[in-house]
Amino acid sequence: MSEPVATAPNAAAPTPPAAPLRPSGRQRAFAERTATTIGRRRVVNSIMTGVLVLFSILAALPLVVILFHLLKLGASSLSIDFFTKMPKPVGESGGGMANAIVGTLILVGTGALFGLPIGIGAGLYLAEHREARLANAVRFLSDVLNGLPSIVMGIFAWQFLVRPVGHFSALSGGVALGVMMIPMVARTTEEMVRLVPISLREAALALGFARWRTSLSIVLRTASAGIVTGALVALARIAGETAPLLFTAFGNQFWSTKLSQPISALPLQIFSYAISPYDEWHTLAWAGALVLIALILVLSIVARVATRSRFVLGGD
Amino acid sequence: MSASGAAPIIETRDDEGVTVRIHGSAIGDRIYQAAITFFALCIPILLILLAWEIAVAGWPAFQRAGWSLLTSSTWDPVHEHFGAAPAIFGTIVSSSIALLLATPLAVGVAVFQAEYAPRWLRQPGGFVIDLLAAIPSVVYGLWGVFVLLPLLRDPVMPFLRDTLHLGSTPFFRGPAYGPSMLAAGVILAIMVLPYISAVSREVLMAVPRSQREAALALGATRWESIWRAVLPYARSGVIGGIILGLGRALGETMAVTMLIGNRHEVSLSLFAPGYTMASLIANEFSEASGDMHLSALMAVGFVLFVITIVVNAIARWLVWQVSRGSAAK
Repeated sequence: MSEPVATAPNAAAPTPPAAPLRPSGRQRAFAERTATTIGRRRVVNSIMTGVLVLFSILAALPLVVILFHLLKLGASSLSIDFFTKMPKPVGESGGGMANAIVGTLILVGTGALFGLPIGIGAGLYLAEHREARLANAVRFLSDVLNGLPSIVMGIFAWQFLVRPVGHFSALSGGVALGVMMIPMVARTTEEMVRLVPISLREAALALGFARWRTSLSIVLRTASAGIVTGALVALARIAGETAPLLFTAFGNQFWSTKLSQPISALPLQIFSYAISPYDEWHTLAWAGALVLIALILVLSIVARVATRSRFVLGGD
Repeated sequence: MSASGAAPIIETRDDEGVTVRIHGSAIGDRIYQAAITFFALCIPILLILLAWEIAVAGWPAFQRAGWSLLTSSTWDPVHEHFGAAPAIFGTIVSSSIALLLATPLAVGVAVFQAEYAPRWLRQPGGFVIDLLAAIPSVVYGLWGVFVLLPLLRDPVMPFLRDTLHLGSTPFFRGPAYGPSMLAAGVILAIMVLPYISAVSREVLMAVPRSQREAALALGATRWESIWRAVLPYARSGVIGGIILGLGRALGETMAVTMLIGNRHEVSLSLFAPGYTMASLIANEFSEASGDMHLSALMAVGFVLFVITIVVNAIARWLVWQVSRGSAAK
């Protein structure tokens, strides 16, 4: 470093020639083709570039088409009634999904109450015991839990919480959703806590903070924006889940906010209306889907914006 | 580093790599350690409980039917004869269609995003694909029933069968009702695409620059550097992403239930309705005719549970190999 011109005399000095790199057979064949068929290869290159662009457009197409149909078919039957009225029996026009909207909020809230503490706690454990054997096992098992089909979660919640009680309940549905949140929240919490510089932790400890207070009021608080983002993404995902609710929350045509009773939910209502034979109900299903998507989009976008501002502030 | 000792010892490493040991004996620390260890233990406990509950509930049906539960193709709740072969067959076929359709697209998108897309397009492009993953299954089902099925019934299926003369093969035979294995496969393809694409993109981004530069320095075109240098390096990770997508497809419930036609039948034709394990449970569980019927559905759920665990474990292992950098070949 002290001699910035050190390279010049070195270059002038007679150095032994570097041993030539021996190209393998495949590489030589490749080089030969390079020399002869450059035109054809350029054409292939442009064709494949075009194909990749086309694939990208094709992959984004379903999203555009689905959103288009949701807006076209859902918006027309969306009105104040949809948010304030109860479902009407077949044959009567109008009606809304007030009970389903409230039901979804209750179910997601119950799920969050159950899933967030466990998820965040487990994430803290994973971040603080990176290489411990238990941490590796928990990390793997949380991936397993994350990949679990939601219908399996549904029959588990039924067997565990509905069968012994003898009737469907909002609580069992909320717990099923909460369990689905745990692995998602745990992994984002772990990642976010790991991003917190070790010096922050050390500074707090050096000031005489107890370790638990350092973890909770310094580390967790610094990582909180990221953890909130992860939680929002997880909430967005469970809000749209149907399969775990089929045999737990079950659905309810009437107004109910009791945790011990069956409760309606937007995805359940969309499902039962979509497979019904009535046009009236089909339009309501589209409206419900639009509301559900709007809810999920808002959660996802808020989450994304929260992450971005965090990175700007943290200079990460 | 264990939390079980009398005084928890925290061992961390600071930026210079110096190991720092802190002995904490305060009661607060112990409570805190116990609490987060408990929360972490919740995950294995929940999984074991889940496996146990479903296995116990499915055991009577397995005891009664034995392996014919998996191999027989008669599903007759009235006479309590349960054979889930059509559902297993349907699960495999619909997932295979999904992967066949989704893989080229998903990997193509990932390559485009990792190698070609300008910086300003990367974030929104990734966001669009992520949004596909955020759409709930039941909304895909709704869209499938009212948009995809009519589309398949009218131009697509007759086109495949008659115009392309694929009707002479056993795979595209029969009337074009709409609800079919093909419909389920198409909707699954749309649904698993973002998963495959996201993992592939991450893996491709992890390929060292030197791989591309070496190929380009040898005179390769951009496509050749991708095809010969980047993709082979990332291969096992991309395959991991595909298998992860397979795991999603196998367990997907609502959209498939709404589109597959729900019939216990093994048919080679993709135009014929079928069943999957997940849709079988979703459809019959709440109307199960008796304890044995419930138990059989639980047993099917257990099989699905085991299959997805195996598939996911393989996928994680493959992705982990690339991120460890040991898959260079």
